[in-house]
Amino acid sequence: MSQSIDTGKRRFLTAAASVVGGAGAAAVAVPFVSSMLPSAKAEAAGAPVEVDISKLETGQLLTVEWRGKPVWIFRRSQEVLANLETLDESLRDPNSQVASQQPEYCQNDTRSIRDELMVLVGICTHLGCSPTYRPDLAPADLGEDWKGGFFCPCHGSRFDLAGRVFQGVPAPINLQVPPYHFQGDNLVVVGEDAQGAA
Amino acid sequence: MSSFMNWLDARFPASKMWKEHLSEYYAPKNFNFWYFFGSLALLVLVLQIVTGIFLTMNYKPDAELAFASVEYIMRDVEWGWLIRYLHSTGASAFFVVVYLHMFRGLIYGSYKQPRELVWIFGMLIYLTLMAEAFMGYLLPWGQMSYWGAQVIISLFGAIPVVGEQLALWIRGDFVVADATLNRFFAFHVIALPLVLLGLVVAHIIALHEVGSNNPDGVEIKKNKDASGKPVDGIPFHPYYTVKDIVGVVVFLFIFALVLFYAPEGGGWFLEKDNFIPADPLKTPEHIVPLWYFTPFYAILRAVPDKLMGVLAMGGAIVFLFLLPWLDRSPVKSIRYRGPYFKIALVLFIISFLALGYLGTQPATAIYTMAARVFSVIYFAFFIFMPIYTKLDKDKPVPERVTFQ
Amino acid sequence: MRSLVIACFFALFTTQALAASGGVHLDHVEVDITDQASLQRGAQTFVNYCLSCHEASFMRYNRMAKDLGLTEDQVKENLMFASDKIGDTMTVAMRPEDAQKWFGVTPPDLSVIARARGTDWLYTYLRTFYLDESRPMGTNNMAFKDVGMPHVLWEQQGYLAKDEATGELVQAREGELSQHEYNKMTHDLVNFLAYISEPSKLERMALAKWVLLYLIIFFLVAYPLKKAFWKDVH
Repeated sequence: MSQSIDTGKRRFLTAAASVVGGAGAAAVAVPFVSSMLPSAKAEAAGAPVEVDISKLETGQLLTVEWRGKPVWIFRRSQEVLANLETLDESLRDPNSQVASQQPEYCQNDTRSIRDELMVLVGICTHLGCSPTYRPDLAPADLGEDWKGGFFCPCHGSRFDLAGRVFQGVPAPINLQVPPYHFQGDNLVVVGEDAQGAA
Repeated sequence: MSSFMNWLDARFPASKMWKEHLSEYYAPKNFNFWYFFGSLALLVLVLQIVTGIFLTMNYKPDAELAFASVEYIMRDVEWGWLIRYLHSTGASAFFVVVYLHMFRGLIYGSYKQPRELVWIFGMLIYLTLMAEAFMGYLLPWGQMSYWGAQVIISLFGAIPVVGEQLALWIRGDFVVADATLNRFFAFHVIALPLVLLGLVVAHIIALHEVGSNNPDGVEIKKNKDASGKPVDGIPFHPYYTVKDIVGVVVFLFIFALVLFYAPEGGGWFLEKDNFIPADPLKTPEHIVPLWYFTPFYAILRAVPDKLMGVLAMGGAIVFLFLLPWLDRSPVKSIRYRGPYFKIALVLFIISFLALGYLGTQPATAIYTMAARVFSVIYFAFFIFMPIYTKLDKDKPVPERVTFQ
Repeated sequence: MRSLVIACFFALFTTQALAASGGVHLDHVEVDITDQASLQRGAQTFVNYCLSCHEASFMRYNRMAKDLGLTEDQVKENLMFASDKIGDTMTVAMRPEDAQKWFGVTPPDLSVIARARGTDWLYTYLRTFYLDESRPMGTNNMAFKDVGMPHVLWEQQGYLAKDEATGELVQAREGELSQHEYNKMTHDLVNFLAYISEPSKLERMALAKWVLLYLIIFFLVAYPLKKAFWKDVH
């Protein structure tokens, strides 16, 4: 082998080939990684859901499916709404400060657009179980301070009837309010803000 | 960095393996065009495994769902079409590359002593690859998938006594059905890839044990310098890594041309009939096996007896295995072979390509006749090899490789 | 030897598989799935005349909207009669049993029909229905002998009859469209069928040149790299 090796040129070309090859490899990774995102079918199945609430009575809870998750729609009585304020002391986030858990238009005292009608994603913010609806007052198993709410059977997390999490339970934040809007008096569209975006 | 390497090397032979297989693996310096296809085959293997894993995430091995799930991949899964075409085009590319790789072995005598095992492992890879491709082709569950599998599995029925039972056992049903699809899926995605990987490792280990052959068929280990390095050898890394990168880029360019502008490969890679869901009640007018099987399919059809046809087809592959022992010439490379071998090889290649063509055509009388003639030449190449290679007027082989 | 092998490979490769035509002469049609106006007209024909019996159950309306340059509302108003959600696929309500009863066969899903039959075949098929009293529907077809499907577009094309002497098709009854207009209508429909058979072809074609360009750039680096290293091999 001769001594006329141009190491500078070799080094430069090796670096250039590494950059070009590396960029190519990164670009190839894009289709593979994005193929694992929700497909068009999943997107279609996750389209907004229209729910007729004309027959929903006060205290009654309706579960619909949106993006494969249970979404609760229920009507709260004036008494329940009045109770909500009294719970503030025992809640982690009574004023819904965590922005990810509700759309802006629901960041209010009742966490809803219309006070009496509540819409919630029925998935516990702890580890993803679906809590049970316990509207009864002071049942034996939940204690006499219980003013109605949701109880998660998996790890005992508790939420009030606005989906706000109580202190001293494993769940860290309030239940999520999905984007929704009304079309007329009796139709709720879950999964879509009023202006159209999901 | 070096302290980390010391730590690692004390526990795992990382540097040792790097040296043995790359930076201090001495390969002959006179490799030519034909020596690109080994590394390309490895590249395609990786491509098939990676794309296969991602296809498996969305494919459904169920007779009711399979066809639709492939279209789901093609439409609904983001970039699914690209991953699927990479895999389907990759399958054909695999065979193109492997056939050229085998042809290289044939012309330069790479199967000859001391590389018999390299050849045997290679042939086993080829055989596994055929099984892998065949089973993979059932998965889209189109008409061609279905009837192709039906025909090939029925071949086992030709085996005396146990044949019919064997075919039944392979299918797991009385015809190709859901059970067949499900088990082919298991073989295609787990069993055969594992075998393939193991064989590839064995193939490379055996090769690096004896060292690479070259276009002159000269053993470079015979001429070593004072430090014990072959005079005509150069370290695989960096010399052949940078050279193979060029090969890879050129290959990918051709591959991309096919993938983007002709993913159906003119009907050869993705057949028209395979866009019709499998229908057990209706056979397509013209069943063609995948292009890489057609030479053997033509041999099968050329024999007017079911059992003998299957045996001939099997024999066509068995003879390839025996090549190292059939060739009696002291010379490896075609460059120094006499005229008999050269003529025989040309006739063999023509026969192989002709059989490949005939396998795609309907079996008319004239075509069947032609297939018989070429089948005879195909077998004669092997059967008479011990004789003509021994009698051949070989030229003297140089001491050193030729390189300019 | 090298060029011979490559030549053989490409000769094999470029040969079109002619098996599907079954020996019938097919009229050639130029397909262009980037022609949005043609695709829109084809889509209109498809939903009005095909989609009542045939499905395209792999094709989603919202994707069609995007690829045809239409808004989702336009598609909802003009092209969605069989479904109400924009993310739905183009399915029909007809039950397979009914189809079996009426046509003797379930009308095939048309999602990938253009890839199974080829566009030339479809173009020929749609234009060669002719009167044949021996058939239950009163018509037969040159490309697809004894097909179960009636001549759905008879109002547009009118009826053709087969000249027994020459075997050629002649106009037996005028339709609403001239022959030229009818060819255009079927051309658009075939174009649309080609589009729905592989919507991702639009993405594929758009991506192709960038990949090839990248590989050329890579080559322009890789080849000098090889040269630089091999300089000292003698």
